[in-house]
Amino acid sequence: MTTWLHNFKCLAKRELYSYFCSPIAYIFLVMFLIIIGIFTFGDSLGNFYKLGYADLELPFFTWHPWLFMIFVPAIGMRLWSEELSKGTLELLLTMPINIKQAVLAKYFAGAFMLFLVLFFTTPLIWTVNFLGEPDNGKILSAYLGSFLMAAAFLSISSVCSALTENQVSSFILTLVICLLMILSGFPPILHILREYVPIQLLNLIEQVSIYPHYANFQKGIVSLYDCFYFLAVIIWGLLTTQHILRKK
Amino acid sequence: MLKARHLVKEFGTIKAVMGVSLDLEKGDVLGLLGPNGAGKSTTMKMITGYLEADSGEVEINGINIEEDPIGAKRNLGYLPETAPLYDEMRVIDFLNFIAEVRGLKGHQKRKHVNRAIEMCFLNQVTRQSIYTLSKGYRHRTCFAQAILHDPAMLILDEPTDGLDPNQKHEMRNMIKEMGREKAIIVSTHILEEVDAVCSRVALMNYGQVIFNGTPEDLRAVSPDHKALFVQLTAQNPHEILLSLKENFPKAKFLVDELESNYIRVKVHHHKKELNFNDRFFSLCKDKQWRIDNLETKEGRLDEVFRTLTMPNSRTDWPTASLIWNKRNDPTVTGDLGKL
Ligand SMILES: Nc1ncnc2c1ncn2[C@@H]1O[C@H](COP(=O)(O)OP(=O)(O)OP(=O)(O)O)[C@@H](O)[C@H]1O
Ligand SMILES: [Mg+2]
Repeated sequence: MTTWLHNFKCLAKRELYSYFCSPIAYIFLVMFLIIIGIFTFGDSLGNFYKLGYADLELPFFTWHPWLFMIFVPAIGMRLWSEELSKGTLELLLTMPINIKQAVLAKYFAGAFMLFLVLFFTTPLIWTVNFLGEPDNGKILSAYLGSFLMAAAFLSISSVCSALTENQVSSFILTLVICLLMILSGFPPILHILREYVPIQLLNLIEQVSIYPHYANFQKGIVSLYDCFYFLAVIIWGLLTTQHILRKK
Repeated sequence: MLKARHLVKEFGTIKAVMGVSLDLEKGDVLGLLGPNGAGKSTTMKMITGYLEADSGEVEINGINIEEDPIGAKRNLGYLPETAPLYDEMRVIDFLNFIAEVRGLKGHQKRKHVNRAIEMCFLNQVTRQSIYTLSKGYRHRTCFAQAILHDPAMLILDEPTDGLDPNQKHEMRNMIKEMGREKAIIVSTHILEEVDAVCSRVALMNYGQVIFNGTPEDLRAVSPDHKALFVQLTAQNPHEILLSLKENFPKAKFLVDELESNYIRVKVHHHKKELNFNDRFFSLCKDKQWRIDNLETKEGRLDEVFRTLTMPNSRTDWPTASLIWNKRNDPTVTGDLGKL
């Protein structure tokens, strides 16, 4: 167990080292914060100041699926693609560790980056509390939902990057899958689909989609079912990544 | 130390390795030779456990690599062919990382990292990012990674690739030195390296081991092994071969080169003729042949390599030099030019 932890620690540490060595991490971090800022405070977008009440759901969390859809693949594309293209996987897999540890450690490092991004937006909580009396429980649940969604995207990204040694392909593939996972539960799309697709099938699609689960968190509803959904996606992704790497 | 049994690996329709078995004991340095695509790297990857063999078994230090991969990998150091590295890391950070993953901590970690840096002459570049290193230094950094934990077994895929002559020399000495208490497999295309460092040789071709023995045994395969080359100048060199054959019926003579005023003959089995040397010299004196050159050959490894790995060249080997001579003949080049 201690070796397990030791290995996990130094693998994750190295991964984070690489994130902070490359400018991409910083660029995306800053970009994300700038864009979310524009969306939240922008006049015709989130319109935070003119909303008239202190809440983050509409001006802030609405944008998260769309932003993470782009941001997460950018963070996750290098997870395995880079190891494959540079051949460092050959080093990694001839070390006395098992693949599971490597998959988990690298995933953890990516998730930490996502956590960091969300953490940097927390001054918003302070701002809304200063401006009015928001429902802090709801904000917290929305943050949790947002993180879980990003984590689920990351696990999909991990699978895609294990599939190809080309980071761009990995990015695009992840982006497309994430987009489909959002759209298949996005109310305006469901509205259109309702005319063509039988209702049972539509319900199924909606349940598979990430959007309604995320929406529940946004509304302040933390249900075991939704948590379970996200965890299932994450675990599926990690197991699949491991399986793909073993077959390389 | 190493037991590899009937390793097989196919990539789709490509049969990369077809039933390779290798045995290695402590103190052995095995040179793995073979033309490009022979399956050397693939064999090594299977031994390190990076590639799963389609069938066959690998045992390192008595540990089966499939049953206990982690235990087996502890005993292994591996230098991949491409010398892959985490480019964005600094050399020292990279080596520290490897030491940690290898389970070294604190004092032990520092000791091993410093030793590896010293052995691979990396002192100057420890603070440099790996992507700024020259090719040779990259290779050395990756080699440092392989020997860092002082493993019982080393697998080195073309370790001298990209090194300058001094470093090649150092590397060979190092391999030789380490070979005393380790089992080492080195793949290489540089045949002098076999003489310099290897105690054993395995030659691969089309996924199979076609020769396994000592470098001396390999040399003995050469058609030139222990052959005597004589170059004689005479009025009429065409007659020389005939009279040699008459005088020494038990020896075998082959024309190596024939020009208007001299002949170069290769003599096999001259030991079967009693007093060959004395009789030969007096014959030359009688016939007024001038001996220009006389040498015994051990057989060159590159020739053996070619003979064994290019089946066609085995039959035409004695005539190869004739073909070559024809190419240099101005009367023939015109024809070749047309072709
Ligand atoms: N990942 C792979 N996918 C498909 N074919 C492969 C793969 N790796 C190796 N091969 C094929 O297996 C054969 C053996 O390759 P290998 O790299 O083992 O040769 P080698 O003896 O190391 O050659 P070289 O001297 O060029 O390094 C080649 O035909 C190669 O094309
Ligand atoms: Mg090779």
